[in-house]
Amino acid sequence: MKILVPVKRVIDYNVKVRVKADGSGVETAGVKMSMNPFDEIAVEEAVRLKEKGAATEIVAVSIGVQQAQDTLRTAMAMGADRAILVLTEESPEPLAVAKILRALVEREQPGIVLLGKQAIDDDMNATGQMLAGLLDRPQGTFASKVEIEGESVRVTREIDGGLETVSLQLPAIITADLRLNEPRYASLPNIMKARKKPLETIAAGDLGVDVAPRLTVVKVAEPPARKAGVMVGSAAELVEKLRSEAKVI
Amino acid sequence: MTVLVLLDHEEGQIRQASRSAVQAAATLGTVHALVVGDEAAAGAAAKIAGVEKVLLATDPALAHELAEPVATLLVSLAGDYSHIVAAATATGKNILPRAAALLDVQPIPDVVEIVDADTFVRPIYAGNALATVRSSDGKKVLTVRAANFDPAPADGGTADVATLAPVASPATSQFIAVELSQSERPELDSARVVVSGGRGMQNAENFRLLEPLADRLGAAIGASRAAVDSGFVANELQVGQTGKIVAPELYVALGISGAIQHLAGMKDSKVIVAINKDPEAPIFQVADYGIVGDLFTVLPELESALG
Ligand SMILES: Cc1cc2nc3c(=O)[nH]c(=O)nc-3n(C[C@H](O)[C@H](O)[C@H](O)COP(=O)(O)OP(=O)(O)OC[C@H]3O[C@@H](n4cnc5c(N)ncnc54)[C@H](O)[C@@H]3O)c2cc1C
Ligand SMILES: Nc1ncnc2c1ncn2[C@@H]1O[C@H](COP(=O)(O)O)[C@@H](O)[C@H]1O
Repeated sequence: MKILVPVKRVIDYNVKVRVKADGSGVETAGVKMSMNPFDEIAVEEAVRLKEKGAATEIVAVSIGVQQAQDTLRTAMAMGADRAILVLTEESPEPLAVAKILRALVEREQPGIVLLGKQAIDDDMNATGQMLAGLLDRPQGTFASKVEIEGESVRVTREIDGGLETVSLQLPAIITADLRLNEPRYASLPNIMKARKKPLETIAAGDLGVDVAPRLTVVKVAEPPARKAGVMVGSAAELVEKLRSEAKVI
Repeated sequence: MTVLVLLDHEEGQIRQASRSAVQAAATLGTVHALVVGDEAAAGAAAKIAGVEKVLLATDPALAHELAEPVATLLVSLAGDYSHIVAAATATGKNILPRAAALLDVQPIPDVVEIVDADTFVRPIYAGNALATVRSSDGKKVLTVRAANFDPAPADGGTADVATLAPVASPATSQFIAVELSQSERPELDSARVVVSGGRGMQNAENFRLLEPLADRLGAAIGASRAAVDSGFVANELQVGQTGKIVAPELYVALGISGAIQHLAGMKDSKVIVAINKDPEAPIFQVADYGIVGDLFTVLPELESALG
């Protein structure tokens, strides 16, 4: 079974993101970029499935600018066998990403598409569900456990009240949550090896997908800042302030 | 305009987050509510102020609200509506994007403000920026953050309940089991007070030291990712970018450093209290009241000061 893993290049999760003064977006110039953390978890899970013998090939895919190649090399250093870069001028919306992925799924015929649950830049949490809808395939979102059982896959999902388990007929779409696994660091020899693994580049236009955005960004603003608080010396003083000043208890 | 709101329910009741979604939807037009698989919950939905009509789907294929059949159902109903709305809960986030894709619509998740019928504000980058976006889609599909809209009153409505005909849907996914945590405490995403612990709680046993304080304050218990990952508490208690979003009157953070991903889930709380032994901990930058100290010393003092 082949596994397709879409990986997105995003601003590193440790960076304190700044809104541009003109309100057109956030500052990206000179900012550290990394693989979306949920996608690292997805790659790791795919590699573990391959190590267990449940998968035979892992194909990493990124949709975006040329530099997304770096993200794909990282995925290959972690264990993906080859990679596909779908070149676009900027990262498209989930609807367009899902349509591009549908075209690749039709070409590659993977048994599982394993995505991150959410890209930490747009925080959409939508692409996996949308791809599953477009392909009319079952979905196991927010996965904290994935077990292949013959022609189906059992997925444990993190939901609001606890955990839910579903069984999906393959082929299926899965999105990775934080507790699915702890991704490995790529070793130096594997980083070197990844440089020689195949990376194919496709122009988005060649897939015949309309990537025009449906959402126009009117403006991007800083959230309102909280006003500075005070330090208190003791629990008794805290309780007094919560009662008489803040009036919340 | 008429808006369809997919309601989350639990034990015959409508979740408070969904009443917030009703309130948000009411600013857009007439509200119809969809309840899947629970007749008692449909009755409760009919009483919510502002709901004009309840659609009840009882098809056994829809039990457990699996995304595949429910999204198909939403698409079959969509023709009559300008907007399809749900609370940004695990259920809403699982189902609505799938329905949106089938409708060829780009969904708008986590709406915190409705500017007009086409324009919405939503946080991006873990809440470090707020984007105002205008949709050019004919139909809008959105999930709304409960913390940003007052819940519509549970009583006052007198809507009719219409039962829907079954929909055909391929059974490619199957419900196996659900493990719900039992708790007498208020729900985390709608509690008036939240007491949260982080890695500083050290272990599961120590984490339980927060319970008397939570009891005393009538609070829900929350946690940082580190506390969940270390196995101190269950996953559904995680507050943050990828956990629950809370905005209680009072949020008390103990042994939590205040990473942006955690702040994303609680910085809209009215009053924030932080207890941390590190005076440089970023949590103090958002706290209204801070105590620098060992939480294991401060906690009992706090309980006795509360009396
Ligand atoms: C993609 C992604 C998503 C994430 N999503 C979330 C999320 O939704 N929610 C979330 O919380 N995190 C999330 N995180 C993790 C986040 O980055 C932090 O790692 C996490 O919030 C840290 O938890 P913590 O504050 O409990 O632990 P630490 O950062 O380890 O902080 C522990 C704190 O406890 C204090 N302390 C220790 N002992 C004591 C004591 N005896 N008395 C008083 N204070 C003490 C320390 O001074 C320290 O400040 C996410 C990370 C990523 C990459
Ligand atoms: N431009 C992209 N390239 C590759 N994968 C993507 C891209 N955008 C989204 N994804 C995948 O979809 C998941 C969810 O993203 P989102 O719906 O944008 O929150 C991510 O974790 C990735 O696995």
